[in-house]
Amino acid sequence: MAALPKDLAANPILSRWITVHRDGTVDLRVGKVELGQGILTALAQIAADELGVGLASVRMRAAGPDGPDEGVTAGSMSVTDAGAAVRVAAANVRALFAGRPFAEHADEVDLDVPADPDVPLNAAGALVGRDVPRLDLPDKVYGRPRYLQDMRLPGQLFGRVIRPPSRGAALVSVDYPTDLTVVRDGSFLGVIGPDEAVVVRAAEALRAASVWREHDSLPDENDLGKFLRDGPHEILAVADDGETPPPDDATLTAIYSRPFLAHASIAPSCGIARWTADDHVEVWSHSQGVYPLGRAIAGALGLDPGNVEVRHVEGAGCYGHNAADDAAFDAVLLARAVPGVPVQVLWSRQDELSWAPFASAMTADVIATLGADGRISSWRYDVFSQGHLARPGYAGVPGLLAATTLAAPADYPAAVDPSAASGHGTMRNAVPGYDVPRRRITGHRLLETPIRSSAMRALGAFLNVFAIESFLDEAAERAGRDALAYRLEHLTDPRGRRVLETAAEAAGWGRSLPEGTGLGIGYARYKGRGGYCAVVARVAADADVRVERLTIAVDVGRVINPDGVRNQIEGGAVQATSWTVRERVRFDRRQVTSVDWLSYPILRFSEVPSVDVTLVESPGDPSAGAGEAAQGPTAAAVGNAVAAAIGVRVRDLPITTDAVVAAIDRMA
Amino acid sequence: MTTTITVNGEPRDIDADPGTPLLYALRNDLGLLGARFGCGVGVCGACMVHVDGTPVPSCDTPLWSLRGKSVVTVEGLSPHPVQEAFLDGQAAQCGYCVTGIVMTAAALLERDAEPSREAVMSALDRHLCRCGAQQRMVEAVLQAGRRDSDSDSDSDSDSDSDRSSGTGTEA
Repeated sequence: MAALPKDLAANPILSRWITVHRDGTVDLRVGKVELGQGILTALAQIAADELGVGLASVRMRAAGPDGPDEGVTAGSMSVTDAGAAVRVAAANVRALFAGRPFAEHADEVDLDVPADPDVPLNAAGALVGRDVPRLDLPDKVYGRPRYLQDMRLPGQLFGRVIRPPSRGAALVSVDYPTDLTVVRDGSFLGVIGPDEAVVVRAAEALRAASVWREHDSLPDENDLGKFLRDGPHEILAVADDGETPPPDDATLTAIYSRPFLAHASIAPSCGIARWTADDHVEVWSHSQGVYPLGRAIAGALGLDPGNVEVRHVEGAGCYGHNAADDAAFDAVLLARAVPGVPVQVLWSRQDELSWAPFASAMTADVIATLGADGRISSWRYDVFSQGHLARPGYAGVPGLLAATTLAAPADYPAAVDPSAASGHGTMRNAVPGYDVPRRRITGHRLLETPIRSSAMRALGAFLNVFAIESFLDEAAERAGRDALAYRLEHLTDPRGRRVLETAAEAAGWGRSLPEGTGLGIGYARYKGRGGYCAVVARVAADADVRVERLTIAVDVGRVINPDGVRNQIEGGAVQATSWTVRERVRFDRRQVTSVDWLSYPILRFSEVPSVDVTLVESPGDPSAGAGEAAQGPTAAAVGNAVAAAIGVRVRDLPITTDAVVAAIDRMA
Repeated sequence: MTTTITVNGEPRDIDADPGTPLLYALRNDLGLLGARFGCGVGVCGACMVHVDGTPVPSCDTPLWSLRGKSVVTVEGLSPHPVQEAFLDGQAAQCGYCVTGIVMTAAALLERDAEPSREAVMSALDRHLCRCGAQQRMVEAVLQAGRRDSDSDSDSDSDSDSDRSSGTGTEA
C-alpha cells in the first residue's frame, strides 16, 4: 500500500478538501495560500485534471477553518506538497463517483471518508503542463475588490497602531483627548474609529502626544560582521569529512557578506478581527499560514485554539514572514475594545519597512585549497547569521510583534532555523552542489540579538550561494580556467550540468564583449534537492553599475504551468537583482532609519534587467518549486559579472556603484 | 464640510475635511477600491488616478485641490486595452501595483499612441513593483499601444469604444 502524500495524511478526510455541488461544480479547499505566486491556479489545474472536469468547474476556496491544515505556504513546497495532496484527493473523488455525473450524484456520494492512497491517478490531463492564465488576475487588473485591504465588513471600523519609536521603547504616558476609541495595554497603543482618514490623523496626534522611555540597543550597522561573529552562537555542523587539507596545495580565502534586508511589499500589512464572544474571535489575514496564526493568537491570549478562526484573504506580494501575522494580531487586540464590531488595521509604510521581520544579515568565510591540477582539494566554510525562522508559534512563544509590548509582555527570543528536513535556514545551500573533497561546513547562529529576523525568500541560500559561486570564480581565476568550464569540472549531476550549459549557450558565453561589460555565471540546486537554476548576468559598468540582462535556465521537474514557472523565475531574479545591487536596511544605534522608498530604494522600471528564461524539461522528475530557485544564482552571477566587467570583486552586498568605486580605490 | 468633485463623470459630494487625501474618499466614501494605498506620500504609484487626464497619486492629493476638476479611477477607465494586454501577457504577480500602473500607461497611450520602450519605462519609473514583473508590464503597454493603433484604423472594435466611453468624461 502506498503512503498518502504528507498533507493528505495529515488531513485524510476528502470532504475537508473537496465539495461537489448539484450543479456539477467543485469547491477545492487548500491550506496553501495565494501570495501572488499563482499557486491557486496551479492547484486548480491539478484538481481539474484528476477530477476530469474543466477549469471553470473548479472553484478555489481560500484557506480557512473549514479547509485542511497545511501549515505555512513557504519554502517553495506548495506544488510539491499541496499539489501531491490535491492530486490524490481529487483522484479519490473521481473514483468514488465511478463515472457517474457529478451533478446528478452530488448528494449520494459520501466524501466524509478517508482518502485511499492506492487510487489510480489520471496520467494524461488536459491542463497540467499548459500555460493556464492566473485565475485571480482579472480582479486585480480591473481593480475589483479582492485584497484584504479592500475588505469592508458591515459596521467595520478602522484601526491604527502607534508603534514605539525604537526597539525596546516603553510607553511612559500619552495625553491626547479624542472622541475615538484609544486602546492601551502596556506599550501597545492604538486608535479605532469609523473614518479612516480621521483615524490616521488621530494616530499621528497620539504619536506626537506620547512619551517613551528609549535606549540604544542596535549594533553598529557598519560592522555587522563583528556583530554576527561575536556570539553567543549555536554551532550547526552540517558536513565534516574529517580530512585535513593537502599541506602542499595553494590556499585561497575570502569573506562575503550581506546586510539585513526588508520584505518591502508594495502594500503595508493588514488584518481584520471581530470578537463574537468574550472567548471567540474571527480573524481575516494575508498570513502564510492560517492555522499556525490562529494557534499563536490563542496562545498569546490564553484562548482555546478552536475559538480563533482565521480566514485567508489575499494581500500584496509576500516573500516570506512579513508583518501579515503581526497586523492580524494588532486587529485582534484593537477589536477586543469593540465587541462584535470588525476592525481593520493597516500598517503605515514606515512601520512596514522598520517593524516587519528582516532577512538576517550574514557573513561567510571560505578557505579552500587548490591542487596542482587547479581543482579544489579541500573546502572549509563558516557562515555566521541570525536564525531565519521566527514565525507565529516558534520556540514556544507567540512570535507576534504586539505581544512583546503588552503590559504582560511575551518573550521574543532570537530566531531559530528550520530543520534539516525543511531545508535548513542559515545552512540552506551551505553545502556546495559540486564534487568537492575534504569538506568542513559549519554554521554559527546568533543566539541573542535586538533585531528581529525571520524567513525571507531563499533564507540562507541567498548569501551561501553568492559566497560559494563567487568563490568558484575566484578559484577558477587562480587556476587559470574559464568559470563555466571550472564548474563543469566539479559537477557530475547531469541536471545541474544541463542548466549551466543551457544558460551559458543562450547567453553567448565566451563571446567577446564591449569594454566595461562582463558576463558572470551563478548556479545552484535550491536546498540541494529542489529546482536547478543557472543564471548568466550581463553587467555594464561605466558611470554606474547596470545589470542589463539575465539569461536563466531552470529545471523544476514536472511543470504544472510553464508560464507560471517563468513568471516566478523572472520575478525572483529581478527581486534578487534589487537585493544584490541596491538594498540594505539602515539603522543607527537606536532605531531603523530606512523607513521609506527613498531610504530603502528598490529597483525601478528603468533599472531592471531584461530576463530570458529557458525551461529545461524534466517531466519524469517530481515537481519542485520555482519561487526561490533563482535568488542565490542571480546574486552570484551579478557579482561575477561585475568582476568580469571591471576586474574588481565586491564581496559585500549590496554591490552599489559606490561599493564598486570603493573597491577600485582599494585596489589602486 | 462637503466638497464636490467629478469622479468618473459624475459629480459627487464628499462630506469630509477638505484636507482629506482623495484616496480615502474614493475607497471609503465612494466605494471605489481600485486605487490602493502603498506609501501615503505619492512615491510608489499604487494609488494613481487621472485628474483632468493626468496621472496623479491620490494618496497625497487633498480634496480641496480637486474642486472643478475631473477624476477618473481605474473603475472609470475599465475595460481598457492596457488591462487586456496585461492579462494576455500575465503581466503581474501579486497585482497590487497594477491598477496604478494601468492608469499611468493609459495616460501615456493617450498622449503617444505608439510609445517607444524607453518612453514606457520612463513613464512607469514613478511606479514600484516589488514582485519583479516590470519586463512583462513594459511589454504589455507596448502591446496595447500597437493594438490601439491597429484598432484606430478599425474603429468598430469593442475595446476601442469602451475606452472612449471610459475617458470621454474627462473633457
